[in-house]
Amino acid sequence: MGMPVIIDIVGEGHASLEPLFDYFRSVDERFSPYKASSEVSRINRGEIAPSEYSLEMQEVFDLAEETKRVTRGFFDIRTPDGSIDPSGIVKGWAIKKVADLAHANGHRNYWIEAGGDIQVSGHNEEGGAWTAGIRNPFNEKEIVKVVRLQDRGIATSGTYIRGKHIYDPHTKRSVSSGDVSVTVIGPDVYEADRFATAAFAMGEEGIQFIESLEGFEGYSIDENGQATLTSGFSGYVEGGSRS
Amino acid sequence: MRKFLASTAFVAVFTVYALYQSASASTSTPIAAAPTTTHSTPQVAAPAAKPVVAVAKKPKTVALGAYRDGVYTGAGADAYYGTVKVQVKIANGKIADVTFLDYPQGRGTSVSINSYAMPQLTQEAIQAQSANVNGVSGASATSAAFRQSLASALSQAKA
Repeated sequence: MGMPVIIDIVGEGHASLEPLFDYFRSVDERFSPYKASSEVSRINRGEIAPSEYSLEMQEVFDLAEETKRVTRGFFDIRTPDGSIDPSGIVKGWAIKKVADLAHANGHRNYWIEAGGDIQVSGHNEEGGAWTAGIRNPFNEKEIVKVVRLQDRGIATSGTYIRGKHIYDPHTKRSVSSGDVSVTVIGPDVYEADRFATAAFAMGEEGIQFIESLEGFEGYSIDENGQATLTSGFSGYVEGGSRS
Repeated sequence: MRKFLASTAFVAVFTVYALYQSASASTSTPIAAAPTTTHSTPQVAAPAAKPVVAVAKKPKTVALGAYRDGVYTGAGADAYYGTVKVQVKIANGKIADVTFLDYPQGRGTSVSINSYAMPQLTQEAIQAQSANVNGVSGASATSAAFRQSLASALSQAKA
């Protein structure tokens, strides 16, 4: 995957973590476009017909289709050159699967993270709510917001590069959206991930899209370091009050 | 517009490279194993490694070691939300320009959002926080991918 995977199960040793890491590895083997032997690569080389897709691939394709509908086309796993790249949905989906596996194994207090997207359950080692920082997109050694999460998922979509350029099919030009980072908090990380991906693609309208979603809150940062909060976001902030 | 983009890109490259050198000096870089197709990291003389914030500054030329003049394209690196691919131009042995050939971008189709009356959302200037947290959410994969692709391009440019 080329990204860090962090699993923290309160009060559990390494043995409990191994099956969870194994699941992430299996996801990478199947979905990585950078592994020539992955199912995604084989699909893109035309070696597998849709009727031959694995159950997990079918599941991801179905979810991608639904996400495309719900985001009015701003989420799409088909790239401009016609190949499939499900990366924008697989990460959150995989974390959610691993969280479900942890839950099935009897765990209730955990933090499961891959590439900056996180699913939490229960409490941390100190018995309090899990806390997450939102990374400063301009200085990765800093955080710019602290949120307390109770059985939530959080995902951040963004780019290190100042200003994001999206292709506007209406004007056929690249436009700078102004956003460098969109963080979404929702009931689970799969939902947060797909909506963060879509919101980021929408540019300035993205945070309004999150505002329109029941049960989701967002924090977007533009290229000037100006952040926009959805109306309920401050309820997650340390010291903030829930409206 | 193109000229501005080029100089901004150069500043971003310098910033990233300074951060990269700084990060590789410490032991706690949370970047996992790179995809198998990535080139190995080149060993180059580090500039005075000091973390800098990526704000627009006057770009300056940095001596990064011996590179052969030319234009080199890095391998595409997986940023998970898309691919990052950079092209480096070396002139007089130094990085003269960096162009982004590919970076995570929206996969929009010809659909526009219907505008409708929305409440005015709160805005604030971001501020560094000093609290201890259990972890961090951020687009870390993208910056790592940028470095991978840049390292890949620079490794080809090594004299």
